[in-house]
Amino acid sequence: MEAFGLLLHGFAVLLTWKTLVLMMVGLVLGIFVGVLPGLGGPNGVAILLPLTFTMDPTSAIVMLSCIYWGALFGGAITSILFNIPGEAWSVATTFDGYPMAQQGRAAEALTAAFTSSFIGSLVAVLLITFLAPMISSFALKFGPPEFFAVYLLTFCSFVGLGREAKHKTVISMSLGLLLAGIGMDTVSGNLRMTFGSPELLRGINFLVAVIGLFGISEILLTMEERLALRGHAASISLRVVLGVWKDLPKYWTTLLRSSFIGCWLGITPGGAIAASFMGYNLAKRFAKDPESFGKGRIEGVFAPETAAHASGTSALLPMLALGIPGSGTAAILLGGLMVWGLNPGPLLFVEHKDFVWGLIASMYLGNVVGLVLVLTTVPIFASILRVPFAAVAPMIVVSCAIGAYAIQNAMFDIWLMLGFGIVGYVFKKIGIPLAPFTLALVLGNRAEDAFRLSMIGSGGDLKVFWSNGLVGSITTLAIVLLFWPVVDRILTRLRMKRAKATPLQV
Amino acid sequence: MKAAIALTVALCGTPAVAGWEPAKPVEIVVAAGAGGASDQMARMMQAAIQKNNLMKQPIVVSLKGGASGAEALMYMKSSEGDPNKVLIAYSLIYMLPLSAKIPFNWRELTPVSVVALDQFVLWDNSAGPKTVKEFVAAAKAASAPFKMGGTGSKREDHVLTVFLEQKTGAKFSYLPYKSGGEAATQLVGNHTEANVNNPSENLEVWRAGQVRPLCVFDKERISYTSKVTDTQSWADIPTCKEEGVDVQYLMLRAMFLPGKVTAEQQAFYVELFHKVTQTAEYKDYMEKQALKPIFLTGKDMVQFLEEDDAINKSLMTEAGFVAK
Repeated sequence: MEAFGLLLHGFAVLLTWKTLVLMMVGLVLGIFVGVLPGLGGPNGVAILLPLTFTMDPTSAIVMLSCIYWGALFGGAITSILFNIPGEAWSVATTFDGYPMAQQGRAAEALTAAFTSSFIGSLVAVLLITFLAPMISSFALKFGPPEFFAVYLLTFCSFVGLGREAKHKTVISMSLGLLLAGIGMDTVSGNLRMTFGSPELLRGINFLVAVIGLFGISEILLTMEERLALRGHAASISLRVVLGVWKDLPKYWTTLLRSSFIGCWLGITPGGAIAASFMGYNLAKRFAKDPESFGKGRIEGVFAPETAAHASGTSALLPMLALGIPGSGTAAILLGGLMVWGLNPGPLLFVEHKDFVWGLIASMYLGNVVGLVLVLTTVPIFASILRVPFAAVAPMIVVSCAIGAYAIQNAMFDIWLMLGFGIVGYVFKKIGIPLAPFTLALVLGNRAEDAFRLSMIGSGGDLKVFWSNGLVGSITTLAIVLLFWPVVDRILTRLRMKRAKATPLQV
Repeated sequence: MKAAIALTVALCGTPAVAGWEPAKPVEIVVAAGAGGASDQMARMMQAAIQKNNLMKQPIVVSLKGGASGAEALMYMKSSEGDPNKVLIAYSLIYMLPLSAKIPFNWRELTPVSVVALDQFVLWDNSAGPKTVKEFVAAAKAASAPFKMGGTGSKREDHVLTVFLEQKTGAKFSYLPYKSGGEAATQLVGNHTEANVNNPSENLEVWRAGQVRPLCVFDKERISYTSKVTDTQSWADIPTCKEEGVDVQYLMLRAMFLPGKVTAEQQAFYVELFHKVTQTAEYKDYMEKQALKPIFLTGKDMVQFLEEDDAINKSLMTEAGFVAK
């Protein structure tokens, strides 16, 4: 109950006109940067950070976290309308969100995305409010073997539960792993596959690849097929919002499962990215008709968005309590905290109560205000699809280019983006899934580092992945998921046998 | 019109300092990830410059920690003649070209000033051995080598680990993490037995009583005597030499401009960072992070760099980290 009192105190700190205005400004700015692919959360927060130097720490962090919320909400918009994910965790949202938009259900998909974001972050904030101390000690249990087990779980769930042909998933994933190896290898300190080029030193940035693979390739496909955005006949009214909400209780298992996965991976330092993929894959696994996923199913939007936002929000906890940022945007926020002498660490919760609880209270408020703000703008965003393709396409390409450039201020990245655009186009033509490729590009390096650090630590003994209950159960689960199709078949056969033995009425 | 008059007045009013001034926002380039010691220092400078109005143009921090910081070095190298970028450098400017054969030489940049020296401390988990002697004995007696966490491979932390092995005869397996913050958390979580983090990187977990400083790798103790934890100050940490392990290493923190900038531009930044070192923000920061204050510029700085380069080169060679 102490937490509750502190939270109320946090609200009291926040409920002034000045902070509320700052929140609105932050949210609107955030949505704008979120909508521009690539510019996204990290850059948006970085650009706006110096604006807050003259404010007091509480107002400043409220504004920054609202920019963060806005950017999170905004990222879903481009994923759904144009198939261009703005952040790593928006990738899974495109799987069903974009087909929905093409079927003229853009407003529905956007509403689903925003609502589930709200639910996911709300669950995570509740978790932070009441379990903060316990969770930070859980995060400390993660050493290299545990990290590797989590990454392995993500990879395996992709192969085992993915709808595409297994060999194509593996091909796509291996290519991603190969490209993730470019650049400096932290463990040996040597350069790999840079071929003496200074541009390749920093490796291939994930976002640059994603903007090309998804955004540019989509434009290429559209140009080839019809020169028009599909789904322009979208029904656009606020009634859609209510319609989606009415159906919400039907999906409570998906929402709950995704929130749980999101929170769990979010408090694992650095695990947030995997959450949306896992949420999506598991929703598909437990659905009665997995085949309908990827063809515009609303659960396919609910699942990844809820998980992504639950993890994005709970990722702030390891950042505050341990100083380890869970995402790019959280990393910039971390920098912001330090400017005000707020050093993240175990004592932050003890010594700067006002600040921490102000921040947590601002998560509640920012989330609610953000939801209202984005829902009222759904019709406006959905109507973008009515604009003629000839007018929208150049704008998308330009904003993709700006986004790709802005990530590292490198001209080379724009060429890279165009190159990935062509790769994405070819992949789509020959039916190789893009998602495993992007997943491998994001997590490949971390997984490799974690594996090699585990091996250094254990002296090359693979038993380290079963050395305690935590790592052992994650590793075992990963392997079960990898061979899930086989396991599933055996289970079905057993069931069939039993069914034959005892005749039953259908 | 008013603005034009104001501008003229401003220009005429100060003829003595008609030197160069940046006309664009200035970028502080950080060769490390978010939250690391370099990033924290850059943010402190950003705040000190803006709060004290030391410069008209805004200042932005840009993180270029890719490829263990090589990204920042190549970025500075390719920005020849651009006076709106300053690098906040540390010993990677000597080490990376040796270990990874990065085509970079600090002599191609324009030195501005050395602003601080950073210490290294041997830390263990607060549940672990209490003194250096006990620690070394435990490390020798252990069936598997003690795990030593650090930042990056073939860099300061790794070099220190190798020398610690040579001087004590104990064996360590060195685990290279991506940042000092990660190395700190991994020590708290008992995934490693020790690390050699900078004071700033372990400060918070030390104050929380989760790690213990064993000794500092310098010839004298840290000078700050105000209490950091309930019972200890930085000055209470013995030197490693006092404890019988004679390993010393200090790391520079210095500012550089890209190559081929004018003398006027260089002078502006020397003056700017000199002013920064006079601010309350800087002094606070130095004490909080237990950095050694120093301000070198011009010939003194170049001489310091040459000597420091030679020391680092011989350490790297001895540790066997120089790429062939």
